Amino acid sequence: MTTLGPMSVERWTRASRVSGVAVTMLAVIFAFGPLLFGANMVDKLTTLFIYVILAAMWNALAGYAGLVSVGQQAFFGLGAYFAIQLAAHGLAPYPSLMVGALLSGLFALPLSFFMLRLRGGEFSIGMWVVAEVLHLLVNLDKLVQGETGTSLISLNAYTPESRRAYNYWLALTAMVVLLGLIFAFLRSRLGASVQAIRDDEEAAASLGVRVLAAKRTIFVLAALGCAVAGTLWLATSITFQPKTNFGIQWTAYMIFMTLVGGLGTFEGPIIGAVLFFIVQDQLGDIGVWYLAGLGVAAMAFAMFMPRGLWGAVEDKLGLQLLPIGYRLRVKGEP
Amino acid sequence: MVWVDQIIEGILLGGYYALLACGLSFMFGVMRIINLAHGDLAVLGAFLVFAVANAFDLSPFVALIVVLPVMAVVGWALCRGVLERSLRAGMLVPLLSTFGLAIAIENILFEVWGADTRSLAPMIDTLAYDSWSISEDLSIGRLALLIFALAVVLLGGLHFFLARTPTGRAIRAVAEDADTAELVGINSRAVYGLAAGIAVATVGLAGTLLAMRATFDPYSGPMQLIFAFEAVVIGGIGSLWGTLAGGIVLGIAQNIGAQFHPQGFLLGGHLVFLAILGGRIAISAYSGRRIARRAPAPRL
Repeated sequence: MTTLGPMSVERWTRASRVSGVAVTMLAVIFAFGPLLFGANMVDKLTTLFIYVILAAMWNALAGYAGLVSVGQQAFFGLGAYFAIQLAAHGLAPYPSLMVGALLSGLFALPLSFFMLRLRGGEFSIGMWVVAEVLHLLVNLDKLVQGETGTSLISLNAYTPESRRAYNYWLALTAMVVLLGLIFAFLRSRLGASVQAIRDDEEAAASLGVRVLAAKRTIFVLAALGCAVAGTLWLATSITFQPKTNFGIQWTAYMIFMTLVGGLGTFEGPIIGAVLFFIVQDQLGDIGVWYLAGLGVAAMAFAMFMPRGLWGAVEDKLGLQLLPIGYRLRVKGEP
Repeated sequence: MVWVDQIIEGILLGGYYALLACGLSFMFGVMRIINLAHGDLAVLGAFLVFAVANAFDLSPFVALIVVLPVMAVVGWALCRGVLERSLRAGMLVPLLSTFGLAIAIENILFEVWGADTRSLAPMIDTLAYDSWSISEDLSIGRLALLIFALAVVLLGGLHFFLARTPTGRAIRAVAEDADTAELVGINSRAVYGLAAGIAVATVGLAGTLLAMRATFDPYSGPMQLIFAFEAVVIGGIGSLWGTLAGGIVLGIAQNIGAQFHPQGFLLGGHLVFLAILGGRIAISAYSGRRIARRAPAPRL
């Protein structure tokens, strides 16, 4: 904490210290999940963790680096595909999932030299075309059998109970690590520059911000996160169908969760993921009306509440539970 | 001969893509918005024509007389309700809001009309499969040629409208600089509304033609958006005739790809699109470096 006369700059407020402790305790409780909750609950939480990862990754791209991608399913599907390939070549299933995700994230590095040259809508649809191309190429692989798909059969070596617990722990660990990475990144120097780029790319560049390096870091991190989510999804569903795993609906979910929860806030996507999970759980059986509703909600939030629910809370109460910025505090004022 | 046939078909298919893409290109040119609901609006137009033609036992061409003005109003309302507000909120918001709109349109179409794949081909008699034989193994479909001709007429008409009429001039002025256009007495809101109306009406026409020459279902939209965008980018953003050229390149690439593999149709188009995009990036990076090398550092 730096003291400047009667003013001070601080990062952690009392509220954020309390919430930091609460979040840590929650993570510890979750760590014992498979011992505490029933099978159904464990499955549901695993799905929720995957959604949180997806929302946080999309938010990192759009909310912090200003990159609206409608092609993140590229990495989601590619991670699962690599895992299937590795397992077919004899690697054990869980290492296959992890290495598959890493390879898919690594693929984003060369891709970034191409994609990050594109701007705005060009980047959006460009990413989508990349996802389509990968989908079509994966379809050509004999192992996948076109749209019929295949499955990660070697996972059957585990009993359903132990598989459920492993998937849960893997998803929880991945979520905590990835959220931690984003949190650390946003608080770093590069994180501050990424936010400067989002607000005004040319102004940031003229101040000496290394625009491309910052964007590239986020792009690769988001790709890795989506790939991790994709392999986790494969672990829970076991089947791999190109049409599902490379489906645009993943991006639709990500956009909905982020916009409703709060674009450009750290806490928002987590809240958005919880809300989306509840909506899907409760309204999934009223058919596709709920999907139409998601579209309308995304549109309404984009236009009327661009910083989502959490953005509104932050603005109203000045509350930051997990602080990524700094705040100036004048002595004598609260 | 197969190749000549495929290339001719590719060129004619390019006419459809140009027709589909000109609304996207036009809206981007005037408002700087890439409308991610573009393809779904095309499918909406197809469903409206289908519904009107069925309900009143009309030819789809006659149904268009009713549907196109409706689509124009949809475009105007879209502009007033969604695009204007999104534009004010920044560069990213139009992408987000139109993506949300796309998801909503697809799923509402699904709820109203169900999952069936449909086509207008049975409603246009023999036009759907009539063709002129050039030689024994070379023939040109009448519908494909009609669509190509429509594309040329539409692009030409739009070009003339923008270049020669007072309204067209107002649109170009707003596209150049909306605030300055306001200063000289142009109502930019009205111009945006008009531009969106024109764009969405052409999209409705394109959707109807899609439904005549092929099949459609509630989730056909996204692929049409990708095709339209590819045609626009290949031809160079902002140029109407470039869009026709882009559509033709896309159509030829797809038809040639289809000769190699059943999946080659889509793959061929995507790869040509990415190659052209990559080439353009490489050229601009190279020329940028050359300019940087040539210009000496300023001395004070």
